[in-house]
Amino acid sequence: MLALMISQLLVITCFGQLYMTKTGQSSFFSETPLENIAAVNNQVIVILNTANGEIAIKMPQRGFHFPNKLMEEHFNENYMETEKYPSAVFAGKIKESVDYSKDGNYAVNVDGILDMHGVKQNRSFKGQITIAGGQITLTSAFDIKLTDHKIEVPTLVLAKIAESIAVKNKFVLTPKKA
Amino acid sequence: MLKRLFVIGMILTSSAAFAQNDLLKELDQVQDSVVNYSAATFKGTRIINGHSVETVGKNNLDFIISHRFGAVNSGAQNFFGLDESQIRLALEYGLTDRLMIGVGRSSYQKTLDFFAKYRLLKQSTGARNMPVSVTLFASDAHNSTTSSTELPFYTIMQRQTYTFQALIARKFNDKLSLQLSPTVIHRNLAENQIDANTIYSLGMGGRYKLTKRTSFNVEYWYTPKTFAGTTQRDPRFTNTLSLGFDIETGGHVFQLHLTNSRGMIEKQFIGQTTGKWNNGDIFYGFNISRTFSFDKNRKRKSNAY
Repeated sequence: MLALMISQLLVITCFGQLYMTKTGQSSFFSETPLENIAAVNNQVIVILNTANGEIAIKMPQRGFHFPNKLMEEHFNENYMETEKYPSAVFAGKIKESVDYSKDGNYAVNVDGILDMHGVKQNRSFKGQITIAGGQITLTSAFDIKLTDHKIEVPTLVLAKIAESIAVKNKFVLTPKKA
Repeated sequence: MLKRLFVIGMILTSSAAFAQNDLLKELDQVQDSVVNYSAATFKGTRIINGHSVETVGKNNLDFIISHRFGAVNSGAQNFFGLDESQIRLALEYGLTDRLMIGVGRSSYQKTLDFFAKYRLLKQSTGARNMPVSVTLFASDAHNSTTSSTELPFYTIMQRQTYTFQALIARKFNDKLSLQLSPTVIHRNLAENQIDANTIYSLGMGGRYKLTKRTSFNVEYWYTPKTFAGTTQRDPRFTNTLSLGFDIETGGHVFQLHLTNSRGMIEKQFIGQTTGKWNNGDIFYGFNISRTFSFDKNRKRKSNAY
């Protein structure tokens, strides 16, 4: 019991506080005159360290679900090769200092490394942080170019898949239980 | 107790400098709730002649055109078989992501076939572990050739042949998938005097991916001459061996193969194959499948957040 209390204390003093979610939502959208492709993932894991603004995101690729089973199969088999690369991982830091103890809205920039389809890319994303009622909500929208991550599209379906894919995220973080 | 406290204290203070790597480690400790279903154990709903564990997705319609040309050993006069062909046209529809139904018409024996296929188990890892995929298959084939003295049909029931299969497959890695297909076929009228009404057979098949979109497939149907002491099949009928390639492009799957069977449905390629590979009774053939999606939401823009 004492150990638990001390460790709790240490966690707070050393790390500030870790906030996390296992049910973060990400969606992507590819729009071309021929075909629109959309998929949603509700199983994104996010951990934020409020002491230093560091953030880590793990997106299990199999968590992306498509309205069409064949598209989902092609996404897994031909494009993302999810057997080889099961998740996309982002590790970064929020540049602005945010007072996480107060409710409010902040526009933030995040710098970090996105590791997707076996290719690491330095990226900086714009996002929005909303703090309300002990919850931290992170939203952001950005584009990912397929060629940046060596995701090959055969010429036959080139007209059906956009060159850059619009990604939207919404992560609602709550304090991580030690 | 004190010792344990000390250890815990040590661990915690040592991680006071909480670096990015630690956050990533923390991330790895989180059990993700994703069930990793094995996608695409096979490219199509057929390995070559026989069904694979795959089913068509919900609201998707597969139009399959299958051809088997004449025997390669039929000589130059017959352009090595390319002068003639057997054809099967089929429409196959996914009612749900697990259940599909289909109807096909084969020119060989003028046979109409109806089938249903249900995906019972999906191979998966992660939050749910399942080593194999299992799909159940049932079909009825209706032989609509004109009744003759060699093969007289007196009732419609005599024209029916039923097939039941349990398709069991495992995707070992992203390249190799293997399948076993225990099969029971019941013919209301054995179309040959020596044939038993019910025959038991075991299908073995597999694919090895050569590139992301092509694979090499093999399929063999083993039917023992006798089963539980009774003769199953006229000895002139042979086991079917087929070799082929799958080529996938978007919504199309092209399957090109060589087989010693002219028939493209279970009743024919399991029970009534007469070709022998070593005699050159080899038929060149292909299946072309085109998937059409009838999903109403497909064109709607994603308005999630």
